[in-house]
Amino acid sequence: MTLTEKLREKISRAFYNHGLLCASYPIPIILFTGLCILACCYPLLKLPLPGTGPVEYSTPVKDYSPPSSEPGHQQGDPSERPDWYLGAPVAYIQQILVKATVSPWHKNFLAVDVFRSPLSRVFQLVEEIRNHALRDSSGIRSLEEVCLQVTDLLPSLKKLRDLLPEHGCLLLSPGNFWQNDRERFNSDPDIIKTIHQHEPKTLQTSATLKDLLFGVPGKYSGVNLYNRKRVVSYTVTLALQRYDSRFLTSLRSRLKLLHPSPNCTLREEHVVHVHFKEEIGIAELIPLVTTYIILFAYIYFSTRKIDMVKSKWGLALAAVVTVLSSLLMSVGLCTLFGLTPTLNGGEIFPYLVVVIGLENVLVLTKSVVSTPVDLEVKLRIAQGLSSESWSIMKNMATELGIILIGYFTLVPAIQEFCLFAVVGLVSDFFLQMFFFTTVLSIDIRRMELADLNKRLPAEACMPSAKPVSRSQTYERQPAMRPATPHTITLQPSSFRNLRLPKRLRVIYFFARTRLAQRLIMAGTVIWIGILVYTDPAGLRTYLTSQVTEQSPLGEAGLPPMPVPGGVLPAGDAKLALSVFPSEPVQLSENQTQQQREQKEGLESRNGLEANQQPWAQGPESPSNGQPEPGTKAEVTWGGEDEEIWRKLSFRHWPSLFSYYNITLAKRYISILPAIPVTLYLNPREALEVRHPQEANRYHSFFPSSLGKLEAVDRPGEALPKLQGHRDVTLYKVAALGLASGILLVLLLFCLYRVFCPKNYGQNGLSHSRRKRGDLPCDDYGYSPPETEIVPLVLRGHLMDIECLASDRMLLVSCCLVGQIRVWDAQTGDCLTVIPKQGLRRDSSGIFDYQESWDQSPDPKNGLEDPFDNSHQLKRMLSPPQPPLFCDQPDLTSLIDTNFLEQATVVAPEPRHRTVCSRHKDTGYNFGRLVEKVYEEQSASNCMNFAGFPAPHGQAASCARTGSARALSCGTGEGGCSARRKSLGDEPLAGFEKSSPVSAWAGDLESSVWSLDLRGNLIVAGRSNGKLEVWDAIEGTLRCSDEEGQSGITALVFLNNRIVAARLNGSLDFFSLETHSSYNHLQFRGTPSRSSIPSSPMYSSNDLIMCQLTHTVPCAHQKPITALKAAAGRLVTGSQDHTLKVYRLEDSCCLFTLQGHSGAITAVYIDQTMGLASGGQDGAICLWDVLTGSRVSHMYAHRGDAPSLTLSPLFPAQDLGCGASLGVISDNLLVTGGQGCVSFWDIGYGDLLQTVYLGKSNESQPARQILVLENAAIVCNFGSELSLVYVPSVLEKLD
Amino acid sequence: MVKPMPRLENCTWSCSCAARGRHKNQLEKTAVGLAAKVGEMLSSSVSSSPLTLVGHGTRTPSTSSLRSSSTNSLNLNQHLVQRSLVLFAVGAFMALVLNLLQIQRNVTLFPEEVIATIFSSAWWVPPCCGTAAAVVGLLYPCIDSHLGEPHKFKREWASVMRCIAVFVGINHASAKLDFANNVQLSLTLAALSLGLWWTFDRSRSGLGLGITIAFLATLITQFLVYNGVYQYTSPDFLYIRSWLPCIFFSGGVTVGNIGRQLAMGIPEKPHTD
Repeated sequence: MTLTEKLREKISRAFYNHGLLCASYPIPIILFTGLCILACCYPLLKLPLPGTGPVEYSTPVKDYSPPSSEPGHQQGDPSERPDWYLGAPVAYIQQILVKATVSPWHKNFLAVDVFRSPLSRVFQLVEEIRNHALRDSSGIRSLEEVCLQVTDLLPSLKKLRDLLPEHGCLLLSPGNFWQNDRERFNSDPDIIKTIHQHEPKTLQTSATLKDLLFGVPGKYSGVNLYNRKRVVSYTVTLALQRYDSRFLTSLRSRLKLLHPSPNCTLREEHVVHVHFKEEIGIAELIPLVTTYIILFAYIYFSTRKIDMVKSKWGLALAAVVTVLSSLLMSVGLCTLFGLTPTLNGGEIFPYLVVVIGLENVLVLTKSVVSTPVDLEVKLRIAQGLSSESWSIMKNMATELGIILIGYFTLVPAIQEFCLFAVVGLVSDFFLQMFFFTTVLSIDIRRMELADLNKRLPAEACMPSAKPVSRSQTYERQPAMRPATPHTITLQPSSFRNLRLPKRLRVIYFFARTRLAQRLIMAGTVIWIGILVYTDPAGLRTYLTSQVTEQSPLGEAGLPPMPVPGGVLPAGDAKLALSVFPSEPVQLSENQTQQQREQKEGLESRNGLEANQQPWAQGPESPSNGQPEPGTKAEVTWGGEDEEIWRKLSFRHWPSLFSYYNITLAKRYISILPAIPVTLYLNPREALEVRHPQEANRYHSFFPSSLGKLEAVDRPGEALPKLQGHRDVTLYKVAALGLASGILLVLLLFCLYRVFCPKNYGQNGLSHSRRKRGDLPCDDYGYSPPETEIVPLVLRGHLMDIECLASDRMLLVSCCLVGQIRVWDAQTGDCLTVIPKQGLRRDSSGIFDYQESWDQSPDPKNGLEDPFDNSHQLKRMLSPPQPPLFCDQPDLTSLIDTNFLEQATVVAPEPRHRTVCSRHKDTGYNFGRLVEKVYEEQSASNCMNFAGFPAPHGQAASCARTGSARALSCGTGEGGCSARRKSLGDEPLAGFEKSSPVSAWAGDLESSVWSLDLRGNLIVAGRSNGKLEVWDAIEGTLRCSDEEGQSGITALVFLNNRIVAARLNGSLDFFSLETHSSYNHLQFRGTPSRSSIPSSPMYSSNDLIMCQLTHTVPCAHQKPITALKAAAGRLVTGSQDHTLKVYRLEDSCCLFTLQGHSGAITAVYIDQTMGLASGGQDGAICLWDVLTGSRVSHMYAHRGDAPSLTLSPLFPAQDLGCGASLGVISDNLLVTGGQGCVSFWDIGYGDLLQTVYLGKSNESQPARQILVLENAAIVCNFGSELSLVYVPSVLEKLD
Repeated sequence: MVKPMPRLENCTWSCSCAARGRHKNQLEKTAVGLAAKVGEMLSSSVSSSPLTLVGHGTRTPSTSSLRSSSTNSLNLNQHLVQRSLVLFAVGAFMALVLNLLQIQRNVTLFPEEVIATIFSSAWWVPPCCGTAAAVVGLLYPCIDSHLGEPHKFKREWASVMRCIAVFVGINHASAKLDFANNVQLSLTLAALSLGLWWTFDRSRSGLGLGITIAFLATLITQFLVYNGVYQYTSPDFLYIRSWLPCIFFSGGVTVGNIGRQLAMGIPEKPHTD
């Protein structure tokens, strides 16, 4: 035992024990594994969550200095400092947060007054900032020196060219909407429209231009028509290149001086550094997504192979969990030991999974489920584990080796990858062994329980005890099979669900998974989600901008009224209504919008409610058109104003900088504390900046509020009107959405109905999971895997197998060299070899000429030829090693050489065998034998021999004299050549060329062309026209007939009749007669289902005579290719395009069937007189045997029909690849293919299963298929025979 | 790996398409070269596919059956077309995706830019790669059948998926990893490619064909670069990058793997004697 074997043995034993352990204590082991996983994953908690969100780090603003770019020397505690905090930031962001309000507020001001005048102050403020300069000892420093200079915008942003600064300081303010030009602002009739014109029309994903310029989120800016707080806030954003604390301090103090914020409580202590991760664009996502798709395809294709388990999904999940948690464990363990992952986890993850792989898991599953089902679960697991242990270990070692090689590439990234992979592999192995095996054992146990519950009867008829031995795990135990042949009755219903048409299967899959419903549900949820998402901000702003831009009210619908600015100072409600009586609809649409937005604004600004001013105090006070001092507004600064940039989108800054082609990925910016600026504007100022058109446009502001107030009092009057117009917009959207949703649902419903027929409930039930147990085959729900069927290979033939015959018990095969082997069809044991092993010279396949001995006619039985006689006697006794001249050891070698010589000369044309040659044969042997003794008498007798072209008897008489024999061929080769020469002189001149062999080893070289078997008798038709009857058990020749000269192409052996069809088209009828009385016949075997007459058993003691009873000399013009007999009829098919039907009893030709236009290749006849024939023209004809008429005729093939079988329903014919086929039971078709056997369902035409016959010689086709009674299939497969038993599941059915 | 001109290096991924699709800068040369390429590919595919047909056809008649193979060849033809279509799609898709892998990109915000990035390579690159993939993928099973040793090693889709994933990984590594020098990069990739072959192929024909493909593709690339059709930024192997043959080799093996798996779909011809 080598070291490898020892190791292997040990490993498999260890795995066996481990499997026992796992299956015995499943729950504790699973708990243990779960704890292990959790423990190993614990360090992962410390890792930052992956994501693209920015990371913050704040430092005190006092003593702030930019960090050095060297990681080494830095002040402060290095542990707190993130590692990205190195070097100067991309920019320092200084925001000047402006809060402005008109105070005191007059209640007859317009809505635009809330923000128009505050916004107008931004120009002044920006001027101040731009012109700020610090004068100190070192000179004058202006903003231009400190700020971040930007160049061109990206070329794709041309439309923003006027709005964003170019070639100068990056300074953003709402003033940019008007190019920082006060005049433009003043002449702008519609501020809101200007602001919103660049808002995206679709879903908001990132920072919009409004956000960028205002520097505060849109809803905090207060620039809208329903700002009830009447506080407008915006920022002036300044990007600085360098941090100049003195300049900034001076700027801050100056601004504070100019615009004091008395109640400001902002803490200005911290500089916040914001680090941005690398952003993943769509372009980068595509390869990533592709790798993940490949990964999922891999997992899908892998787990699809899990079979024969209770819950496929469960096991697949367990397999995936195994791999994933092993990866997590790997990362966790690596982190625990101080390795921080630097690779992008998401990117390398698919590769890691693929490297670790699911293979082991699948192999384990397959191995376990292929153990004998009747074993205990524990043992099954253990056996499965141990049988795969070696390959698992080998694979693991290989993978580790490969990965270790990768570790020595010295590339840090690859090294890290390899490290993770190694740890992952080991932990994966651990999990496979503990977690997955245990899950598998639980699953198998569940399946067994289900089996027990559902199929008790089936259990009962299973063989009770099978040896529990590991070595026999895969071996079939044919001996255990019930010897009685049984038929297979397949239940069509149970098979239907295995091979539904693909279309139906897809539909059933849809139906089973309720895919349509789920799709509808998901679609609805997504749709609602989109609505909800867009509603508070997106949809509203969208609608706002839409309405402002497109509604006739905004543009053409409301022609600017030539009202001078000062003339209509305030909107008197009643006046306004009276002025515009003709436009109630547009008016109220505006109101509608305002009101709705007010409502939403209320919801969104709960936090600001505290300092909200009461809306329109004293509505009862008369509005007389004079500005009336209202309440004093006060701007408050609260905690929410601190770091208001946090409320911006986190893509705010990256997108701002990306406009200038500056990426913030993996870099950071520092945001300095904002400078608060408070602006109070007096009403006069507000009135001055008011645009003349706005007075007309927004005059309805107050009426609406008034109307609302009135509506509170008298809900019956004003409210319906308002309400009705609100519906127009709101309900329009809602109705549209609802309609589209309904349409979608209806569409899907229709599709669903179309796909699923109404009776799907009944049909589909059997396919639903719940109903599985109803059918016997169903509780597995799968077709058996291919490994389930292991062909039993019968080896022994040296050459390709030529013909094959079988009855129920025996199987006879014959190879090219004429060796006949008899097998037990049940066990596959080789029972007999004909000719006997002992007579075979060597393995070259040339046999001794025993037949010539045996067939030597009576004169030979005389005692004159003692050697001959003794041999014959020994043959009769069938000795295991016939001692042919055994006392002279050198004899065989001599024969050897001669045979070889002869064999080289020979051309195998055995038909012209003459009797004479045999005599020479014997003479020659004899001469060789006594060569040394009679050496001196040599030459002359050869010439004697030349005179012996004589027939049998003469030659025999001649040979009787030993001396003559000795003389005849005394000189070995010389004699040989002499003999040949003498033959050459004869009229047999052509003989020497064509068939000298036949003279020698005629029977040896003639191959068996046809074979049949009944009972224990084998009938072999040879190519030389000889018919031989052998005893299958004893291996002895019972009788032979050699009258015919033409090769026997087909043979039928029925009862005691033999019909041989010869190459020349003649038909010979033989009858077998025993010398003893006929009642010696025993019947063997049980009657089979097809009621083939039970074969007589000829006892070996009887002398069997084979008599030629009748000969039809010219049955066909051309060679007979097909011959079948049944029901007392014999059908021949020939190459001359005709079929003939004979009666078996009297060999009378009944019909000649014409109809084929090509040679007949296949004929089938069965007991019901159904006759079918297939021709080379591809036609199949069905005939009525009783009348000889053609029933039907079809062209099914383009090629010829190589074989034909008639099932009770219809003839099945070989279609595609295989040259052979057979039918088992009613609806199972077997075809042979390239190295495989395929099982088909006839009714559905589906491939059920393919069994591969061997590993090595796949290129060998399976040429012949015989269906045995016990449903095994024999196919010759090169020089081997394969016994393939029909899938065990099928067997279990009966 | 320094990549000052990623645009020109797009083709490095192109792996499978190797011999065929290359970046060409001048338009007219592109057209001419493309026409030539297409002609070559057409002729090669035409010469290869009917050859197999004829081969199968002549083999069909055997001792036991003398059937004409017209039906079979018809089916085979259809199947061949299907296979080549699938392979073409795979090749073109991989071309697009792996191209993206090689592109160093900025953070883009606008969808039009993203689209532009996806189709940044010349329009003819994916078709060329697809065609090349189809040819290679048909060539592998064809050669297998001619050699009479059908490929049986790990013939399942899971293994094919694994192979594709490893191939993408190799491309990923060549695009993303930082290596000390070109020799190290090339050696690592060569080892990876050989590992790919060993893990998923292990057939001599596969190795031979892969090497042939790599050699031919490299030769053609050299030729193209020499004629100035396009150029590499930092060539270290005559005119091209030295790791290009490795990518070609692994691409050939991968596509061959897919092609073989696709060829498994039809039953093998039963008569080979």
